[in-house]
Order: sequence, then structure tokens, then C-alpha cells
Amino acid sequence: MTAAQYEQFSNYAVASATGILALAFVAYVAQWGFARRIAPDRELVTAGAAEGAPPSAEGTASERSDVAGGIGFSLTGLAWLVLLAGVITRGLSAERVPWGNMYEFGCAATLMALTAYIVLVRMWAIDWVGPIITGFGTVVLGLSALVFVPPGPLVPALHSYWLVIHVLGAMIAGSAFLVGAAASVLYLVKARAERTTADEDRVGFLWRIPPSAKIDQIAYRVHAFAFPIWTFAALIAGPIWAQYAWGRYWGWDPKEVWAFITWVVYAGYLHARATAGWKGKAAAIIALIGFATFVFNFVGINLFVSGMHSYAK
Amino acid sequence: MSSNAVPALGRREFTRWFWRQLTSMRTALFLLLLLAIAAVPGSLVPQRGVDARAVEAYFLEHPKSAPTLDKLGFFNVYTSPWFSAVYLLLMVSLIGCIVPRSFVYLRALRARPPKAPRNFSRMPASASFETAASVDEVISAGRRAIGRARVDVVDGELSAERGFLREAGNLVFHISVVVVLVGVAVGTLFGYRGTAIVTEGQGFANSLTQYDEFGSGSLFKADQLPPFSLKLDTFTAKFQALGSQQAGAPRLFRAQGTYTQKPGADVRTFDITVNHPLEIGSTSVFLVGQGYAPVIKVTDANGEVVFNEAVPFLPNDPSYTSTGVVKVPDAEPQQLGFQGFFLPTAATGADGASISVYPAAANPLLGLFVWHGDLGLDKGTPQSVYILDKSKMKQYKDGDKSYRVSLKAGQSQKLPNGGTIEFAGLRQFARLQISSSPGVKVPLIGIIAGLAGLVTSLTIKPRRTWIRARRDGSRTVVDVAVLDRVPRDDLPADLDAFLERFREALGETEERTS
Ligand code: HEM
Repeated sequence: MTAAQYEQFSNYAVASATGILALAFVAYVAQWGFARRIAPDRELVTAGAAEGAPPSAEGTASERSDVAGGIGFSLTGLAWLVLLAGVITRGLSAERVPWGNMYEFGCAATLMALTAYIVLVRMWAIDWVGPIITGFGTVVLGLSALVFVPPGPLVPALHSYWLVIHVLGAMIAGSAFLVGAAASVLYLVKARAERTTADEDRVGFLWRIPPSAKIDQIAYRVHAFAFPIWTFAALIAGPIWAQYAWGRYWGWDPKEVWAFITWVVYAGYLHARATAGWKGKAAAIIALIGFATFVFNFVGINLFVSGMHSYAK
Repeated sequence: MSSNAVPALGRREFTRWFWRQLTSMRTALFLLLLLAIAAVPGSLVPQRGVDARAVEAYFLEHPKSAPTLDKLGFFNVYTSPWFSAVYLLLMVSLIGCIVPRSFVYLRALRARPPKAPRNFSRMPASASFETAASVDEVISAGRRAIGRARVDVVDGELSAERGFLREAGNLVFHISVVVVLVGVAVGTLFGYRGTAIVTEGQGFANSLTQYDEFGSGSLFKADQLPPFSLKLDTFTAKFQALGSQQAGAPRLFRAQGTYTQKPGADVRTFDITVNHPLEIGSTSVFLVGQGYAPVIKVTDANGEVVFNEAVPFLPNDPSYTSTGVVKVPDAEPQQLGFQGFFLPTAATGADGASISVYPAAANPLLGLFVWHGDLGLDKGTPQSVYILDKSKMKQYKDGDKSYRVSLKAGQSQKLPNGGTIEFAGLRQFARLQISSSPGVKVPLIGIIAGLAGLVTSLTIKPRRTWIRARRDGSRTVVDVAVLDRVPRDDLPADLDAFLERFREALGETEERTS
């Protein structure tokens, strides 16, 4: 194929992936919606009694919820595959790594986030964060389309293999931060519900996901994985590249400032988890602030603040 | 502090109390979050150390708020007293944290595993089973199942502890944060950084007077500048072709020429591109920008050539619309000053004004306004070459409009005073950044060590395991308890896995009673 054909293929693939991911989001929302009235323990009873007998209303609701969840996961997998093709062909058409501007970064980062989600669903059965991941991914892909630029070579400052390493590291860490943030949101919701909801009122999908302590544990593990990678990407690979490109390894450029802020906030999160009175709720909120600073760095700083990194526009 | 503010605490107690507060985990957390907040303003308003010209522009745009922000240190956030205060407190807290923890750790390294608690069921996870094996067999099987750990056995009771490296990793991480900060500080104090504009055909000798901008740490001495010099022969700039996608996007910048390490040394060639600096000893020469320097020739009313030089015009936008100043002190009868713009590829914009549409010099145009009078160069106060001091000069008029020089390459134009100005040629200039930060390797090595420590501390599980075996008739009753020193929720599952290994080591698969 020629560069132009690759480009066209890539554009179609990214657009299709956006649509498929939106459908996955709808399916995941339906999974929660169908389980609206189901109480987990009562469902166990009916499921046990339902053998051979016509399924009760709750039984079918539960089945529908499961089917919707299955569809959601399958569509997420499909979106991943199509997006992968889109990102690869984008790279082929530009003849370089496909993360040289904001549009490409949005696509590649979403691909990475979906990869993280799919891997973690297999490892720790975290499919319950599906609605957040697919919803967020759809929004990121949609917004990326707004900053679309045709593929082209890189500006000279980006000619460095440190770019490949630095950005790849940032994307991997960012994907894990996203999963961590999604888990932290659900942790806050669930922990609150556990405190305020009487036993007989415990109906809905929220009671089919793991208890808040388990969610907290998963959030911690994901963050503990992401933090060293972020340290590497933002505080090792970034400065080395900056040293080659600009003659200083650290210059308090707005992008660097926010990378540092993200790092400090997540260090705060790790500390909060080991500090009495900060475990749980406060730590989860700090994790969400950390994710907000990460997102702001890629949206706010690229679009509104000028600095040496604003080539990303 | 007045003595009645804290009546119960003498100075010593107060110091001790203050120190304990400062080195508590809660304070560390608070200071970390405070540091994050303190870093924010520096990303929202321009910083002197990053872009001094942007700060000046900010003052012009916000004449009301800028002086107040300046007083608060908002244009020098990262060297401001309040930012320094936060990170110095954090440093002190950090060191105050590391030192006692290191001693505790050294003691713990030699300590034996704690004795088995009396009541295993009070531990986070525990289990029991019976086996036909003897007490000794059970203990040695338990040892094998635990793997690498520090183990004590007393009277059929086994205590094991492992995962000491976690705390070591944590200490290494925190120590390297200190190393990095100290390394950065030393590099900043002894380092220097400056930029210089060098036009094709011209040279640069490394002395303070040759820099456009120069900054150095407070312990740097100007006579430490290494005495190298260089000459720029050719500069190459390539841009994405007109008519293609992303037309005008920069593609290649390259500066080539010769340099000598010190006067009298061999002449060597250099070839600097973005990301590939020239290294001369501990100094690096980077290419950080470029632009155009039209060669301007001025003849005065007497017909004498009073100026013939390449004048750098500083680019203002991606298509290199550039502005600059020409000062002609030798012109007779009055000195002349020119101020205006240079467009590499001129075109007429929608409003009739000339604009540059492409960064390469496809259709260069020079547009200048002209002043006559006293340039103010004789006063002895140094003047920027990019600013025209018009206080003692008058602008030439053309009716009620400003008189204007407009030249394409090679053209010349008569001046109102009888002289001529000619756009005689076009060269390019390179903006070079010359910098040295001694010991850059220190923070780099520090942070890499820190990362290794961090990964160690985040992956290793510190665990205590106890096994108690006692003979009961023909069977041996085995009790097991585990305790992780980081809270985990999957401890029971982990214990199950351990029991499986344990019974495998015993050579049997007996069902467990708990
Ligand atoms: C520049 C400041 C600091 C940074 C960036 C930082 C960073 C970190 C990080 C990332 C961790 C997580 C590692 C782990 O969980 O093993 C951690 C843990 C820890 N930090 Fe800090 N820290 C800083 C200052 C301090 C200070 C001042 C103290 C003393 C109060 C402190 C005490 C601790 C302790 C006790 C842990 C272990 C927590 C645990 O067991 O999980 N840190 N620190």
C-alpha cells in the first residue's frame, strides 16, 4: 500500500474503533442497568432453584446483565483490534512511531489503555470498571478527531529515540493511572454505599462487584505498577531527551512542571496509604487528583499554555 | 516565640516536639501536596529563567496585576522564597526520616525473627492440619516451603521472616531523592547557560561579552569559561515543501563550521543538528533556533558606505515573520536608525499588509521605518542591539504617513537625507545555547538508583511465618500463621497456596482441618 492508502485506512479504522468503543460503553451501561433490581444473595437462591423451572424475572434480568457485559467485553476487544490496525497503519503512512502529535497521542494512548484494561480483566477480573474505561476511551478518541492532522514527518526536536521511550513510558503509566482512577471512583462509591446502605436495600450491580477493600487493593496495585514507570518516563527519559534537545535536563517548562506535579501527587497517594487517617477515602481522592493533573498536562497544557512542548498542537 | 505561648514546653521539649512533627509521615504527606500546589503558578505565568521576553510581554498585557505578582515571586516561582521553603522543609523532613529509619533498619538486620505468638487465631491468617509425619519432619518441610528467609527453630516452633530488602529499597529510594536534589543544586550553583546568535561567516569566542543572554549559578566565576571559539560556515534549514501537507513545518536544522578548543589548538569541524550538540569538554553547544540576517548596505549623503553588515532579525512566528533594528552611527550628517521587519516569503494578506506565508526565503522582503538623530550610543550604558532608543531621534515622514523602506533582495532605495539603503544579500543565523552543568551524571545516577529502590520496595512483601508442631497421639498437629507487614486482603488465599507447598514438601496431600 502507498502512504496515502495507509493514511486513509488508518482514518477509517480510528473512526470505526471510536464507534465500536461507544457501543461497548452502551453495553456496559446496560450490564449495570439490567442488574438494577438484583440483590446478589437472592439471585443465588433463585439461580439454585431455577434448574429446569421457567426462569424468574430476576433470573432473566441477571442473564441479560451477564449477556450485556459479555457483549461489552467482546466489543472492547474488537475496538482494540481495529484501533491497533489504525495506529499501526498511521505509523506506516508517516514512516515513524505513531505518537508525534496530539491526535496520534490520543489514539495510541487509548489503545494502550484498552490493552491495560483487557490484560487486567484477564488477570484480576476487573470488568466492572468497563463503563468508565470505554466511556473515557470514547471521549478521548472523539476529542482526538478534533485535533486531527494528516500524517507527516516530525519536527526536528522530536527526532530522538528517547521520544519513543519517553512517550511510550508515559502512555503505559497513563493507562495504568486511568485504570487506577476508575477503580478509585468505584471504591469511593462502593465504600460509601457499604456504610450507608441497609442490607435489604443492597440491590443493583454495585453489589455484584467486589467489596471496597478488594477494589482498594486493586487500585493500589495498579498505582504501584504505574508510579515507577511514570518516574522513569517523566523523570529519567524526559530529562535525558531534554538534555539532548534543549541543552538542559530540566527547565520548568509547563509540561515538565505538570509531569512533576503528577509525580508528587502520586507519591502523596503512596504515602497516604501508609498514613493513619488517610487510608481509604483520602488516598483515593488523592489518586483522582493525580489523574486529573495527568489529564490536564495533555489537554490543558497542550492547548492553552505555550511552552517548548507545544509542538504537540 | 513568647514563653507563655507554650507554657508547658521548654525550649528543648519544643524542639523535640517540632522535630517529631516535622518528621512524621503526616507532615511528609502534607508537604508533598503543598509542593505540588506551589509548583502550579510557575506553569501558568511565564518565568524569567525560562523565557524572559514572555515575562516582559506579560507586564505589558497586565500592567495592573503584574507588579503585584512580581512581588510575590510569581515570575521566579522555582527560586522564590516560598517554593524554596517548602522543598527545604521537605528535605529536612526527609533526612530526619531517613536517619532514624536507617538505624532501625540496621538493628533489624541483625535481629532474629520474633517468637511465635501464643494464639495463632489472632493473626490475620492462620490454619491447622494433622499429619503422620514427625515434628522434625514437619519443621524441615516447613523450612523448605518458606524458601529464603531468616528462620529460628525452638522446641517445635518455627519463626521465619523475609522481605528485608523492601525496607532497604525504600531507604535507597528516599536517599536518592536527597542525592538528586543535591546534585541538581550543585549543577545549578556551578553551572552556566547562555545563548548567542552567530551569523553565517561569523565567529563566536566564549566570553561573557559575546552572549545575548547569560545566566549562571551563584558560585560560578566568569573566568571559568572555557576559552573555545567557533566559526559558523553554513547553516541549513529545510521545511516541508509548499503545497504539501503541513507545509512550512520544520524538517532539518543544521549548523556546520569549525572550532578550536583553546587558542592555538587544532582547528576541527563541527556539525550540529537539533538533538546532536557539540561537546567541548564539559561544555555543550546546542542549536536552539535560527533565523535570517539580511545584509544591509547604507550609503550616506556624502556617498560613503557607512554600514555593510548582516543584521539578525529575530523570528516571531512559525513562518519567520521577523523583526529587527539597524543602527548606523557613522552616517553623516546625522546618525540613522532603522526598525522594521523581514519576511522570508512575502505575500499580501487579506487586509493589504505584507505577511510571511512560508519560513524558507522564497521571496524575501525587508520593510523598515527610518529615524534620524542621536542613537544614544555614546553614553557608555550598554544598549541592546535589538532595541532602538528613539528618545533623541525623529522619524522620517512621507506626508502624514511614516516614510517606509521596502526592499526585495538586491534592491536599493534612496533615503530622504540623500543616502541610499540596499538589501545586499541574505544570510542565516544560528541561535546557539552554550551550557555547562557540572556533575549532570549525579542526579541521573541518583534517580536510576532511586527507581531500582522504588521497584524493590513496591514488589517485595515482608512476611512473617510461624509454624508450631506438636505430637498428639500418633498424629502431629500443625498450626500455621502468617503476618504481612503491609496490609493485604488476599492473605488467606496466599496462606492456602503456602499450605499446599508445605504439604507437598511433607510429601503428602492430606485434607486440612482448620
Ligand atoms: C521528597 C519527598 C518524598 C518522596 C518523593 C517520597 C516518596 C515515597 C514513595 C514513592 C513511597 C512508596 C514506596 C513504598 O510504598 O514502599 C514512600 C514510602 C514511604 N515514605 Fe516517602 N517520600 C518522601 C518523603 C518522605 C518523608 C519526609 C518521610 C518521613 C516521614 C517519608 C516516609 C516514608 C515511609 C515511612 C514510607 C513507607 C510507606 C510504606 O510502608 O508503604 N517519606 N515515599
